[in-house]
Amino acid sequence: MATSDPTVKTAPAVDETGPDSSRILQTRGLRKAFGGLTATDDVDFALEAGELRCLIGPNGAGKSTFLDLLTGRLEPTAGKIYYDGADITGLPSHERVDRGISMKFQVPSVYEGLTVAGNLRIPLQRVVEPDAFDARTREILERFDLLAERETVAGELSHGQQQRLEIGMAMAMEPNLLLLDEPVAGLSVEETADIADLLREIADDDGVAVIVIEHDIDFVETIADRVTVLDGGSIFREGSIEEIRTDPEVKRIYLGEDR
Amino acid sequence: MLELLNFGFEFVEIFAFIVLATVGLAVIFGMMGIINLAHGEFILVGAYATTFTFDAGLPLPLAMLAGVVLTAVYGLVLERLIIRHLYGRLLDSMVVTWGISLVMIQLTRIVFGNTAPGIGIPYGQLPVVDGPIYYLVLAVVAVGVLGGLYALFTWTDFGIRARATMQDETTARSMGVDTDRMYMTTFAVGSGLAGLAGALYAPVMTVTPEYGTGFLIETFVAVVVGGASVLVGTVLASGLLGTVNAAVTNVAGTFMGQVAMLIAAIVAIRLMPEGITGMLADWRESRGESQ
Repeated sequence: MATSDPTVKTAPAVDETGPDSSRILQTRGLRKAFGGLTATDDVDFALEAGELRCLIGPNGAGKSTFLDLLTGRLEPTAGKIYYDGADITGLPSHERVDRGISMKFQVPSVYEGLTVAGNLRIPLQRVVEPDAFDARTREILERFDLLAERETVAGELSHGQQQRLEIGMAMAMEPNLLLLDEPVAGLSVEETADIADLLREIADDDGVAVIVIEHDIDFVETIADRVTVLDGGSIFREGSIEEIRTDPEVKRIYLGEDR
Repeated sequence: MLELLNFGFEFVEIFAFIVLATVGLAVIFGMMGIINLAHGEFILVGAYATTFTFDAGLPLPLAMLAGVVLTAVYGLVLERLIIRHLYGRLLDSMVVTWGISLVMIQLTRIVFGNTAPGIGIPYGQLPVVDGPIYYLVLAVVAVGVLGGLYALFTWTDFGIRARATMQDETTARSMGVDTDRMYMTTFAVGSGLAGLAGALYAPVMTVTPEYGTGFLIETFVAVVVGGASVLVGTVLASGLLGTVNAAVTNVAGTFMGQVAMLIAAIVAIRLMPEGITGMLADWRESRGESQ
């Protein structure tokens, strides 16, 4: 368990020994600075295959920056990212996707001018032959409860349907690692419960490792195998939801009692 | 009856000219948000490559193909060296492409002189209407280009990826699309289409270092009037501007036809600031809300 004091910043030390092959994802000394601001600082992170990990932390803790480093949207200032035993630190986003890393953004990023089926065609063309499009599209739409909306323009879907479609698009690429930034933001209680079931199913049945950034602790409690708390760009705590919930230091930084 | 045929021929000629001159610029602007002020000089490259390869002994269709390919390659090189650093920087891209156009015109003058070898208009004259058969060939090619682009962007994997990139680059990347390659390919396609216009009109217009400027007015006016949608915008703008131009040219001559077309463009932009396709999109949206 990483227990670095958020008030103490040390220079990142990159471990040169290479990745642990039992982990689907590892970062070593990962750091991202924007000028004088260090958004991600010396993060050593590891994830097992099929594990569902939630990242929590106060605003500005560096959660989204960390995810952006994993997807390749941002380049790290220092450190390494290993995926499935290989160093992917310098790979562009599309090559990470090719290797099995899928991402769903905080704001639904579906193609609003295309139909639901049209949206699915973009990721599906990477993984299935054209004559299998229809069957695979149907399977995904059934699973994500969007079959009736197959020919609906995505811009006309509800917020919850767009969130499901985007997760469906990410899963259409048959990933081994799924990264989700606040997948239930703005959803109703019922929709949130549906997404929670879906995510557990993706981790348990499909064996996909999942990282979820989330603020809603009740949702985190429902889905997470383990929880990582980020603060000030560094890993502050890591453990089961019970350990995190009862940790007075987590409460202190999360509720801002030290500020 | 003859007047109607003359009007029809005039319309076909102008429609084909606007479509062929515009479509390369429309692809680059619509897909990449780059206003390529050197578009006329890309057309120039196509014309010069066609003229000189024809003069060297290649049959005209092959010389034209050489014009297209060379312009596409030229666009590809320019994209890698300069344009790719300007994505998302609209004003910078305009200034830089304007600079490229000035350099190209002067370089052409220095290297090739003030004129290029001529190519006669092939296929002879039409029997009834006063005009060359070649203009009908140009119209067929224009329709073929539009159909080909529609098929490319609608039915192919490249087209799906290109539209995805155009609508939302970040999401496209997260869906595994190599957006850098998409931009590079799209710029090469747009450049090749500009080269096609230069090649096709090399037998019709005198090829000089200022050859490209002869296309610019119709091209930029059509892109602005057409709006954001690349193909539909090009077709509708070419149809509107071509109709006005042909009708007035038939009655009052070429100069007045051009004047009328520009007045029509000003009115169209005043009434439809987002272009014809922008107005259609707003109309569809408001109709959807009212239902």
